[in-house]
Amino acid sequence: MKKENLRAMRDVFIEELCNRMENDRDIFFVCADFGSPKLDRLRSSFKDRFINVGIAEQDLINISTGLALEGFTVYAYAIAPFLTMRPYEQIRINLSMQSQLKEVNVNLVGVGAGLSYDVSGPTHHCLEDISIMRVLPNIEIFSPSDWVLAGGFVDYSIRVKKPKYLRFDGKPLPPIYEKVDIDRGFSELKKGKDLCIVSTGYMTHKALTAVEKLSREGIDAGLLDIFMLRPLDEELLFNILRKYRCVLTIEEGFINKAGLDSIVLNGLNKKSASIKLRNIGFNDAYIFDIGSRDHLHELNGLGIDSIVKDVKALLG
Amino acid sequence: MAMSDKYSESKLLKEKSEWVRKETLKIHKVAHETRLASSLSAVEIFVALYYGKIINFNPKNTAWEGRDRFIISKGHGAISFYPVLADLGFFPKEYLNNVCKAGCILGGIPDAIIPGFETVNGSLGHGLGVGCGMALGLKRKKCKEKVFVLVGDGELYEGSIWEAVMFAAEHELDNLILIVDDNKVCMLDYCKNVIDLAPLDKKFEAFGWVTRKVDGHDTEELYKSLRHFKDNDDKRPKVLIANTVKGKGVARLEKDSLSHIKNLSADEVDTLVSELG
Repeated sequence: MKKENLRAMRDVFIEELCNRMENDRDIFFVCADFGSPKLDRLRSSFKDRFINVGIAEQDLINISTGLALEGFTVYAYAIAPFLTMRPYEQIRINLSMQSQLKEVNVNLVGVGAGLSYDVSGPTHHCLEDISIMRVLPNIEIFSPSDWVLAGGFVDYSIRVKKPKYLRFDGKPLPPIYEKVDIDRGFSELKKGKDLCIVSTGYMTHKALTAVEKLSREGIDAGLLDIFMLRPLDEELLFNILRKYRCVLTIEEGFINKAGLDSIVLNGLNKKSASIKLRNIGFNDAYIFDIGSRDHLHELNGLGIDSIVKDVKALLG
Repeated sequence: MAMSDKYSESKLLKEKSEWVRKETLKIHKVAHETRLASSLSAVEIFVALYYGKIINFNPKNTAWEGRDRFIISKGHGAISFYPVLADLGFFPKEYLNNVCKAGCILGGIPDAIIPGFETVNGSLGHGLGVGCGMALGLKRKKCKEKVFVLVGDGELYEGSIWEAVMFAAEHELDNLILIVDDNKVCMLDYCKNVIDLAPLDKKFEAFGWVTRKVDGHDTEELYKSLRHFKDNDDKRPKVLIANTVKGKGVARLEKDSLSHIKNLSADEVDTLVSELG
């Protein structure tokens, strides 16, 4: 991974949002006692529209819902596992159900996707969020792989008046994109002949490294980064995937549980495509091992060498 | 208000309460899935709020910006609100004969698909937090409308309630009025035998709320307290603790610790309705 121009998704997003708040009086930023260096400007500039509810995630969602029902565009900001799992029923009833009847533009901004908070242990790891948020109807899911996408999403989040879950990585990452088309939902970062790797979020960076390594070993892998997990233009996506003989999904979450793997599998099944599919992700156990994100990936079969090995097994 | 108006107003609230209680029983007869006891304790609260014109509403435009917001967080106990809404023109009265029947918008637990309901109800502990968000939003928009939230006392066991209670005081949500239907019974027992909530008023006071206790079946007292709260310029959020009887009006339910889950037979309903006149 390149080490240039590293930036945190939340910082870029909040900076851009701050700019919008200068002219848009209808934006509220609500947090559950969670910060960011860039949040300091927002906090001091918009004292009347920045609300810290305290360490109270249920209240975070309920207050945000009430504000949205009064017509405000709301950002509910917290650490991803606490934002999605502590107030799951508040999200289910007040965002997922309520938005089917009335307009509710609440953007759940979660920081710490996957193993972003590597050494903080399993309470801070977030390996379930894609699956559990996908189960809820009416909620859009944005899973960006870089800060360019994150910054580009601000406009979309104001324009599309639906509840959304934004799963931001917790670590500063280099850019992948130069410009973004959020509405398209995904991007074919590289075309290949032998197989297509499908990834989301942080794992797209690892996939890029794997694709380079595979290339050195004579394997031509394509790479598709899905950043809008819902809504997703399945026609458009599977018109690309059907050109391949093999597809490998890589996600930093539990597999076989309605995550990225299931999006791809269900899509291929609908098309009755005869494509060999393999999924990489975490198996059915929490991670109590201590170490860096890459170390934890190595231990769990998500290291670059493991990915290359899996690709070879898939290609037979 | 002139003396005669006062008299007729007070009489109207009493008459409407009797009518609503009767209609609620009739609804239960056609839809035994409804939670009768919990709905009967709140009858006078609904009547005072709507027929007492505490709440500003527009049945022809339920999204009217000038309406006061009313969230019924104890959703299962809102069957007695159906007759009120029908009578005031939110939907046709015929609907009351079809509660829980296929194709009717009136279910066992009301949601925002019904004109007059703001939120999706049925799970407890949500309404006050959502109400806080609305109250904050209204203040930022510099709107003078109020937010009313009705909760049951058993609902106060939910931790999310107290997150919202703290929030409302800190943010001086003086446009928020909480009504506790203090009917003393949750599903399995009297609350005092589960985890005693007393002293409820002291708890709210300690959290920085204006607190008032009232006989929840005395429409005049309810009306006066709600009017006082609505016109009050105290900066704090307000809570009205309405001392009620679960299953009010049905002797068999009034003294039953399991009244929440008890149904009445069609014959029992008929007898009660004829007794009520």
